[in-house]
Amino acid sequence: MTEMRRVTAIRNGTVVDHIPSGYAMQVIRILGIDADRATPVSLVMNVPSDKIGRKDVLKIEDRELDQEDLDRLALIAPAASIAIIRNHAVAEKMKVELGDGLVNIARCSFSNCITKNNREPLPQRMRVVSRDPLEVRCYYCGRDQEIDELIGNII
Amino acid sequence: MGNLVTMDDLSNEDIVAVLDDAERLVPVAKGEIILPLLQGKVLANMFFENSTRTRMSFETAMKRLGGSVLNFSSVGTSVSKGETLYYTMQMISGYADVAAIRHPRQGAAQYSSDAVGIPILNAGDGAGNHPTQTMLDLFTIRQAHESLDGLNVVLVGDLRYGRTAHSLSHALVRFGASLTLVSPTSLKMPVEIVSDLRSHGADVTETESLNEQITGADVIYMTRIQKERFPDEEEYAKVAGIYKIEANDLVGAKKGMIVMHPLPRVDEIAPNVDSTEFARYFQQAFNGVPTRMSLLCRSLGVKVPKKVK
Repeated sequence: MTEMRRVTAIRNGTVVDHIPSGYAMQVIRILGIDADRATPVSLVMNVPSDKIGRKDVLKIEDRELDQEDLDRLALIAPAASIAIIRNHAVAEKMKVELGDGLVNIARCSFSNCITKNNREPLPQRMRVVSRDPLEVRCYYCGRDQEIDELIGNII
Repeated sequence: MGNLVTMDDLSNEDIVAVLDDAERLVPVAKGEIILPLLQGKVLANMFFENSTRTRMSFETAMKRLGGSVLNFSSVGTSVSKGETLYYTMQMISGYADVAAIRHPRQGAAQYSSDAVGIPILNAGDGAGNHPTQTMLDLFTIRQAHESLDGLNVVLVGDLRYGRTAHSLSHALVRFGASLTLVSPTSLKMPVEIVSDLRSHGADVTETESLNEQITGADVIYMTRIQKERFPDEEEYAKVAGIYKIEANDLVGAKKGMIVMHPLPRVDEIAPNVDSTEFARYFQQAFNGVPTRMSLLCRSLGVKVPKKVK
């Protein structure tokens, strides 16, 4: 590696690379990482990237992301690459992949949608209409979602 | 299963089959022939919002076919006590074989069909869809013009909020009709809908003036400008009464042209139009009965005989 390492390597955990610049805090939020965590999280923002111009990187110690985490991540960081680290070595590489539907990932942003009643028990569901550009529609009310607003509504 | 939540639940072949069945059911809808195809079946009319024509025509349709109807209204029931739609529908699915639902919130019909195992017919969800209205509108147009292909349909009034205009224009385009959209700027058809219609290859014209459109029209579909949609009186006053058809205006109209309206009307169509050959709105309201009969049969998997007698 020619560039100086900005954050030390981790022993066990997950590295989330190629997060669009400025979105690392949202990723932290949607992964449910909070201040009460006993293990360290390192965050790098605005570093140059050949792939996406500028990027954020997140290193989460002692936690391996699962498929549900990746589904959430897909909304914010569709180009992210995930490495699961075990004993200082990359044990698994994963790609974020946006499926055709999102179940219980985000709430619909339309004020008159049936799902706005928090007591309704069925899951929140979105349909992915197009991946590039990203277009997501509420499965129930059919409204197109503003992606930034949707990210704010991630459950 | 026989849900009808949006018009996307029906292929063009399905639409034609439903309309064909509806046509054969007209004498049953009028009470001239007794045909108890749905005897022993129960329809739940789940109206969480007021309705006159839709609720009553569903009820007539079911009863004319020998079925029975449970009428639900959300006022003074478990809903006003805070019951969710999910549990209300769970409860009703134990009492009925099929449910027609109208709800002020968008997505309520899709939500209901996911909640329960009985077929759901969407009778209007917020500003969303109203597919049984679209089906009866298609039935009415086909009755007058035989084919929908190549017709020039002029939609007039509130094209921004009116769910009827949205679903109908999508359906017409699937059958090759051309659309002329007449509305004040503030009530134009949403751009995403117009671009959607055009992407299906439809010929769509937008204008603010109705008068020039009358002579070229095969169908003039008037809608009410809905006072309840406006944030203030002043905004409403600017556009209220902007489009009004009088009998005199129709002098140059094509022979066979029809004037439609989903009703209730305020003053979009003068009473002197009622007695002209063009008026089709009362017939349209009646057509809700055979069309909904046909849709009820479809949803319950009951075949309408090829010969109704």
